[in-house]
Amino acid sequence: MSESVTAPATSTRAAVLGGWLRDGGFWADWAAAVGLVVLVVVFQAANPTFLSSGNVRSMLVASAILVVLSVGQTFVVLTGGIDLSVASAMTFGAVLFGFGISHGWGIGWGGVLAVLGGALVGVVNGMLVGNGRITDFVVTLGSLSAASGLALVIADGKPVTVVSVPLLKLSTGGIGIIGWSVLVAAVIAVLAHLVLFRTRWGTHVFAAGGSPEAATATGISVPAIKIAVYTVCGVLAGLAAILLVARVGAAEPAANTSFLLNSVAAVVLGGVSLVGGRGSVLGPVLGALLLTALANGLTLLGVSPFYQPVAVGTVVVLAALLTRFRR
Amino acid sequence: MTTRDVTDTDVLLEASGVSLAFGSVQALRDVSLTLRSGEITALVGDNGAGKSTLVRCICGIHRPDEGSFVFDGRPVAFASPQEARDAGIETVHQNLALVEDLTVWQNLFLNREIARGFGPLALLDRRAMKARAAEMVAELAVNVPAVTARVRRLSGGQRQAVAICRAAGFSSTLVIMDEPTAALGVQETGRVEALISRLRADGHAVLLISHNFDQVLRLADQVWVMRAGRCVAGRRVAQTTGAEIVALITGAQAA
Repeated sequence: MSESVTAPATSTRAAVLGGWLRDGGFWADWAAAVGLVVLVVVFQAANPTFLSSGNVRSMLVASAILVVLSVGQTFVVLTGGIDLSVASAMTFGAVLFGFGISHGWGIGWGGVLAVLGGALVGVVNGMLVGNGRITDFVVTLGSLSAASGLALVIADGKPVTVVSVPLLKLSTGGIGIIGWSVLVAAVIAVLAHLVLFRTRWGTHVFAAGGSPEAATATGISVPAIKIAVYTVCGVLAGLAAILLVARVGAAEPAANTSFLLNSVAAVVLGGVSLVGGRGSVLGPVLGALLLTALANGLTLLGVSPFYQPVAVGTVVVLAALLTRFRR
Repeated sequence: MTTRDVTDTDVLLEASGVSLAFGSVQALRDVSLTLRSGEITALVGDNGAGKSTLVRCICGIHRPDEGSFVFDGRPVAFASPQEARDAGIETVHQNLALVEDLTVWQNLFLNREIARGFGPLALLDRRAMKARAAEMVAELAVNVPAVTARVRRLSGGQRQAVAICRAAGFSSTLVIMDEPTAALGVQETGRVEALISRLRADGHAVLLISHNFDQVLRLADQVWVMRAGRCVAGRRVAQTTGAEIVALITGAQAA
């Protein structure tokens, strides 16, 4: 009764490649990479300074915060959820960071406070989604509002200027064209990849997103996974808050709405399935780089910044369209 | 209450006086039956007769209001499916409980992954899991493509085979199957039936829920009939006929 099914080893490499190119799923999985290459070619042709080392460096630095937020968002989206509060958690963390520094806690403890603040938002999200069984969308819409409100309350609506040599170095220093903040983001992305693809817990995240029933039947606690992924997302939002304060030079209770939209956009561009269970870390990272390159390139070409959200929106919807062709 | 001609020492699972009510609905009434090791035991009955509820009691999803189970000589009361699994009772649910976006080997090892290292730093040993998965599949002669294929790309019969393979692996003593061939074509049904016979040959006890009387007569050694929450009769398959089973199910013939 055994019927060995031949693997596609018989077909030649070219045929395999051709099959991929005709398969919409390939384009959906690699939309970010392909889009990034296309953008780089177009912008470089239009303006040769685009790929100058100075511009590449500043693009990478500008993308670091979005990369960290997108990696956090990826964990949540892999379970079929969405964290609309990720940017507000970052703002909350940034304000706590400023609060700590202005109260003489120093960078270290201020940073710990920022991360704990982000984690707190994540834990609350996770408990409400996992144990409270409220839809992800509604819970994080609520915490979006609550966290940005708390940020305003703590900061009393005013920004705190943060003058610190280590923070200045974090945002401006680095090795060659790789800024320190870029290195931080890269380390976080590599760790996230290892956790998702090389640990038991990572497999359980995919299982909980792909089929909650199957995960439960094999003894995986889906609520525990939900709490964990939202906490990871919150912690990363806290780390992003430190990078943000270092970059801006102040802890502001600003809304940062574009960071939320772009983190979701990067995840979609990166080929992560919005229903959960499928995706990568590299994809959203490339998606975040693409969005940053898009903004940078349009600015270099002298396009009004008002057009940037239009371009981002178009690119994201096109990427989402591609996922319809996925098997 | 029932004709119990199973009185030897091979009894693997014994249910005594199991009752369970959901609100005002009495799903199980004083159900007693036994399962022998190394045999295929069939559980038949009309829709709503209580077959699935009984199975869910055995595999730890529900806890009966009254009655008890003795498994492998020890009284057991599973609080969760995980406890039943740990004791050696595996269940192949009707929805199979497979994750479509994961590969065959990832599904076979779901929540039993092999990892090297300590605590949260333990990394998956993917090579070992793939090798072991290929062995498990080969041992049962399951017609699955590569173990690295995603379950999404498998046919219904292949998925059933993966689910059965997972239940049969990891030294389980009792495999419970809830209508394993209900959604399959003729050829695939034949393959899955061969697989079930193979489980028995390998020493597993099998509890098979089925609506297909031919299948029950072909595969099973013992059959228990449920009607309206009661276990109304038990027969050795060698000493019964399809007509008798139908009569017992509908109540045309009293036990």
